[in-house]
Amino acid sequence: MSEKKEIFSSKLIKFINEWRDKPGNLIMILHQVQSELGYVSRESADKVAEMIDVPLAKIYGVLTFYHFFKMTKPGDNNIQVCLGTACYLKGGESLVDEILSQLGIGIGDITKDGKFSLEAVRCIGCCGLAPVMTIGGEVFGKVTKKQIPGILSKYL
Amino acid sequence: MAIRNYILVCGGTGCESSHSDEIYQNLLAEAEAQGVGDEVQVVKTGCFGFCEQGPIVKILPEDSFYVQVKPQDAKELISEHIIKGRQVERLLYNIDTLKQKTAKVDDIEFYKKQYRIVLRNCGFIDPENIDEYIARSGYEALEKVLFDMSPDDVIAELKIAGLRGRGGAGFPTWMKWNFTKMQQNEIKYVACNADEGDPGAYMDRSTLEGDPHTVIEGMTICGKTIGAHQGFIYIRAEYPLAIHRLEVAMAQAREYGLLGKDILGSGFDFDIEIRLGAGAFVCGEETALLQSIEGHRGTPQPRPPFPAVKGLWQKPTCLNNVETWANVPVIITRGGAWFNKIGTKDSPGTKVFALTGKVKNSGLVEVPMGTTLREIIYDIGGGIIGGKKFKAVQTGGPSGGMISAENLDTPIDFGGLSAIGSMMGSGSMIVMNEDDCIVDVAKFYLNFSVDESCGKCAPCRIGGRSLLNILEKFTSGNGTHEDIDKIKAISHAMQVGSLCALGQTAPNPLLSSLKWYADEYEAHIVDKKCPAGKCKKLITYVIDPDKCIGCTACARKCPVGAISGEVKKKHTIDASICIKCGACMASCKFDAISVH
Ligand SMILES: Cc1cc2nc3c(=O)[nH]c(=O)nc-3n(C[C@H](O)[C@H](O)[C@H](O)COP(=O)(O)O)c2cc1C
Ligand code: SF4
Ligand code: SF4
Ligand code: FES
Repeated sequence: MSEKKEIFSSKLIKFINEWRDKPGNLIMILHQVQSELGYVSRESADKVAEMIDVPLAKIYGVLTFYHFFKMTKPGDNNIQVCLGTACYLKGGESLVDEILSQLGIGIGDITKDGKFSLEAVRCIGCCGLAPVMTIGGEVFGKVTKKQIPGILSKYL
Repeated sequence: MAIRNYILVCGGTGCESSHSDEIYQNLLAEAEAQGVGDEVQVVKTGCFGFCEQGPIVKILPEDSFYVQVKPQDAKELISEHIIKGRQVERLLYNIDTLKQKTAKVDDIEFYKKQYRIVLRNCGFIDPENIDEYIARSGYEALEKVLFDMSPDDVIAELKIAGLRGRGGAGFPTWMKWNFTKMQQNEIKYVACNADEGDPGAYMDRSTLEGDPHTVIEGMTICGKTIGAHQGFIYIRAEYPLAIHRLEVAMAQAREYGLLGKDILGSGFDFDIEIRLGAGAFVCGEETALLQSIEGHRGTPQPRPPFPAVKGLWQKPTCLNNVETWANVPVIITRGGAWFNKIGTKDSPGTKVFALTGKVKNSGLVEVPMGTTLREIIYDIGGGIIGGKKFKAVQTGGPSGGMISAENLDTPIDFGGLSAIGSMMGSGSMIVMNEDDCIVDVAKFYLNFSVDESCGKCAPCRIGGRSLLNILEKFTSGNGTHEDIDKIKAISHAMQVGSLCALGQTAPNPLLSSLKWYADEYEAHIVDKKCPAGKCKKLITYVIDPDKCIGCTACARKCPVGAISGEVKKKHTIDASICIKCGACMASCKFDAISVH
């Protein structure tokens, strides 16, 4: 039988082992998995279940409850458009429309080449700068439709 | 050489997104390059609150307030302000009413009516340097509590202060601490609610980013008072900078012996761990939050037992909101009697609001309780954007209500806001103007609550969905008057039959708007019109034949080819094809297209 390919880095394995016996560890571990791999794949979930000895069903229960966790691979550059109240009132939806017309992807989609994915989020706490979007963690404030092509081109 | 000037650069998430870090780096480099590196100290602080005008740079001792600063402005700020002693006029904040540049922070309307207790250090200190917190009386309260006060003294002081929880419900803080203290248990916990799920609220994020030690100090004081040795901060994963600043602050506090074993040699042990939220609004509810810290799905639990009796891992737990914690050290150092004089009898102290929406000066404002909505929106907020007409203000987020112009002079406190059908909530304050559709906003909030319902109870799960369906009917022109009666019946069922406040309060935006904006609902139901022109199914785009010159710009922009007409001839829109995207209206330079 061939060796299974290791999907977790040694750093991640160390983290999980450190948290193994702490009460309430599951969410913290899943955060770490997602921050390293970008999402929590079935394979990763299996591995976490085995490492900390909790049922896979429990892991999926948690993954599906919390919006923050992704179960499919996002694009190389994940775009988040804020549709919290302040951003909604200031035209957050028009940014989604513009991204649709620029990249051909709607909320929850990923471009064919895997470069971009689009996600709607609920307030990232920059409401003073509404409407707000982020790409790969970088925050853009007071975004207008016109600026979108320029912002996207930085990531092409 | 002594330090002549302090340059404070805003390092909040908002300003960082506008390159404030680069400004900070450039100022350091320029000061060095221009030979004044040892005469100025450049400090990266937390949020100044005036986010609308960010990135902000403040220079002391002159108190010059520079706004919308760009990284390339660093050179001039150093050469002009620091070296030649001349303010850089073009970057100073402009009070347009006076048509003159202002120099000092105290002259700015935005700050005049504010009173800072919670945000006392935000924008003044480097949050990643514990010495700066200590220099502004930081950890004095903890010292007092460890050595000079009994637990009962602390609770008595909080009682005199009259502090009520800032997480939304306004529960007296002293009472919560006292309940937890009275429990006989070896193990107890302290917890901080930094979930801040209300979309449009960012007070807690800014407090943690700008002054993390005040929360750590508040929690440690509570630990000593109630007999707990472990604290947890439950914070949203969406706030990476706040998490980082907390981690730095906790490490520094441990190094200084202010956190961990035998704090300041008192024999008292207390430490704090961070636990991350994962984007579920309901986890802001206290019992759901505790479930989440334990690593489960965040579903609310019946109360009693209250967390003070059976909380985390069934142990007595004292949970407070970030802003509540931030008030504690000040009350201990300055005394409950001092605090009680600020604000109103019903709600002593101040409240931080995140003022956003269609207001000129978006930002964070801290005002004494009892300030009116009008003062906040017009005096501090500078009024409505673009000289438009005020329509409504929503406080309390998805659980709160819409407040109309007639109630703008209501003094804000917990009781005052409830009396007019809204609530304090965590402090979001969203201003709407004539361009916003009340029905659409009510639908927005309801949609949020429906998405965020944990699904445990039927009234919340099914009721919310049914209300949303009715609003959907209104905004697409299919509403009837019977629907209004249905709204009332469903809402009542949700209010009495839901387990947690999410379900109980979800109908609030709808009910309050029905009460104050009945005519706007009528317009949707009877006339099948949306007065604000927001509800796409109820509007048509029309070209005014008198204004159209036939430039063809709109026809080229229309994504579905709904516009026809020859060059230099009048154009028309085919309503059956039009998807109401508004692209044509934005493209017409002759104002010929309007919404009906
Ligand atoms: C749906 C829901 C969401 C809530 N979200 C928050 C929140 O984000 N932050 C918060 O401090 N309290 C929130 N609360 C209130 C908490 O349940 C709790 O009352 C509060 O944290 C107690 O702290 P305090 O006494 O200092 O106000 C929420 C309540 C409900 C029902
Ligand atoms: S009221 Fe709604 S959110 Fe609260 S417990 Fe019931 S279903 Fe869950
Ligand atoms: S853009 Fe304006 S002026 Fe030009 S064809 Fe269209 S409606 Fe007429
Ligand atoms: S509503 Fe968009 S950042 Fe808060």
